Amino acid sequence: MRNILAIVERELRAYFTSPIAYVILTIFVFLSGLFFRSILTQVLQMGLMSQIQAQQLGPRPMDMPGMITRGFLSTMSVILLFIMPMLTMGLFSEEKKRGTIELLLTSPLTDLEVVLGKFFAGAAFFLILLFTLWIPTGVLYLYSSPASGPILTAYLGLLLYGLALVAIGVFISTLTENQIIAAVLSFGTIMVLWLIDVLANNTESATSKAVLSYLSILSHLDDFMKGVLATSHIIFYLSLMVVSLFLTYRSIDSLRWRG
Amino acid sequence: MITVENLTKRYPNKTAIDGVSFQVEKGEILGFLGPNGAGKTTTMRIITGYMPASEGTVRLDGFDVFEKPLEVRRRIGYLPENPPLYLEMSVTGYLRFVSKIKGVPKDKIAAEVNRVMERVNITDVKDRIIAKLSKGYKQRVGLAQALLNDPPVLILDEPTIGLDPKQIQQIRELIKDLAGNHTVVLSTHILPEVEQTCHRVIIIDRGKIVAVDTPQNLRFQLQGAERVFMEIQGPASEIASQLKKTPGVVDVRTLESTDGRHRFQIEGELKKEIRSDLARIVVQNGWGLYELQAATMSLEDIFLKLTTAEEDRE
Repeated sequence: MRNILAIVERELRAYFTSPIAYVILTIFVFLSGLFFRSILTQVLQMGLMSQIQAQQLGPRPMDMPGMITRGFLSTMSVILLFIMPMLTMGLFSEEKKRGTIELLLTSPLTDLEVVLGKFFAGAAFFLILLFTLWIPTGVLYLYSSPASGPILTAYLGLLLYGLALVAIGVFISTLTENQIIAAVLSFGTIMVLWLIDVLANNTESATSKAVLSYLSILSHLDDFMKGVLATSHIIFYLSLMVVSLFLTYRSIDSLRWRG
Repeated sequence: MITVENLTKRYPNKTAIDGVSFQVEKGEILGFLGPNGAGKTTTMRIITGYMPASEGTVRLDGFDVFEKPLEVRRRIGYLPENPPLYLEMSVTGYLRFVSKIKGVPKDKIAAEVNRVMERVNITDVKDRIIAKLSKGYKQRVGLAQALLNDPPVLILDEPTIGLDPKQIQQIRELIKDLAGNHTVVLSTHILPEVEQTCHRVIIIDRGKIVAVDTPQNLRFQLQGAERVFMEIQGPASEIASQLKKTPGVVDVRTLESTDGRHRFQIEGELKKEIRSDLARIVVQNGWGLYELQAATMSLEDIFLKLTTAEEDRE
């Protein structure tokens, strides 16, 4: 455990001594503010519309804070698709390029500790990103009284989804010495997992349709966003994460054999 | 302390080391000598558990590297060929990190970091960022890292590369100092280094051990192979060709000529006395013999001889 923490601490320090942490945080917070504002405006317009309709058809209940959170967090999940590869690209590729991997792999650490250390480091930075999303969400609490249950469920979904993305990124970062290649490959992989939905719509066979749409990384997020906590989605993200970490572990092993 | 048996590492298109066996005693300094690509680094990487061997075993302090990797790694300080430095960290920050992953107890980390920094003389740069250090300092930070947690075995891959002569001398003194309590395996392609620091030398070429001995013995053993300098007055090309025909002579090189006298460098076969034959030929032809001198071969020559002999065999 101490070993894992040492790696996490070093990695977080590295994030924050290079400009990358600040660039990612700035862009992410800026974009989240931008999208929050535009979604807020949209939902407010919808609210006005429904008020006008209510005069003719009678009042209808409308969960405005819920709609805002849902729209906002769904948008941010797409933004994360683009941001996460930048977070994970250097985790192993830099070690390979600099030769520091030789230090890690000849220290009295197990390979599992190395893999988990890297994963938790990426996860910790992701948590910081996730935390910044509470700034706009907090605004909702200031000016309205939203139901917390659905919002927390949406955040849980986003958390699981983000951790899966980190694990995929960590794995891909073991495959190359080049950060840019790692970033592009991770991005491509995540895009495929996202767009596999579209592919599913075009297939004839029902089975392959079911399989393909099951694999879609964003579709599992929908229920969370609606405030529905379903075990199957939790299992999907957790298994994606575990499989990626297992592949990372195997990849480190093969790195040793190849030298 | 270290027992290496029949170690072989194969890659899909190349055999990096082939059936290497040797032992290192406790407190000994063993030098690994060989040209680039001879298999020095591969051997060291297998001993440190960085990569597994295709065949053969390495035991360190009774632990098999493949079966008990953590026990072995706990006992090894390793300086790879390229010092494994996190460039964005400060020297102290880096050494603290390495202390942690090497299992130095928390309350002893600060003292341990100071100890190794003093040992390799880098206390003056302790707060500097590693990226900003000169090559010599970087190398020494790498060495400091290997000394952390005072491991009984040190594996140093080209420890003095990139250092200036004064620093090289310091590091060699340090390595000699470490022997006794520590077992040191170092690789180098600089020969004086081996002669100055090592108790025993393994010469390795193309993945095979060519010779194992003390530097003194290696030199002695090969003094049988004579190199003779001669200064002769007479027709240069005729002399050279006659000398070359003498039994036991491998090579004749004409050095410089002054006033009709020519200097030749003659290489003999291993353990063959050629001087009297050479003298006779000069006298028989009626040339003037001004000088005949046997030269001892330095380890450098031995090294070249051994590794090029290998080439001839193929």
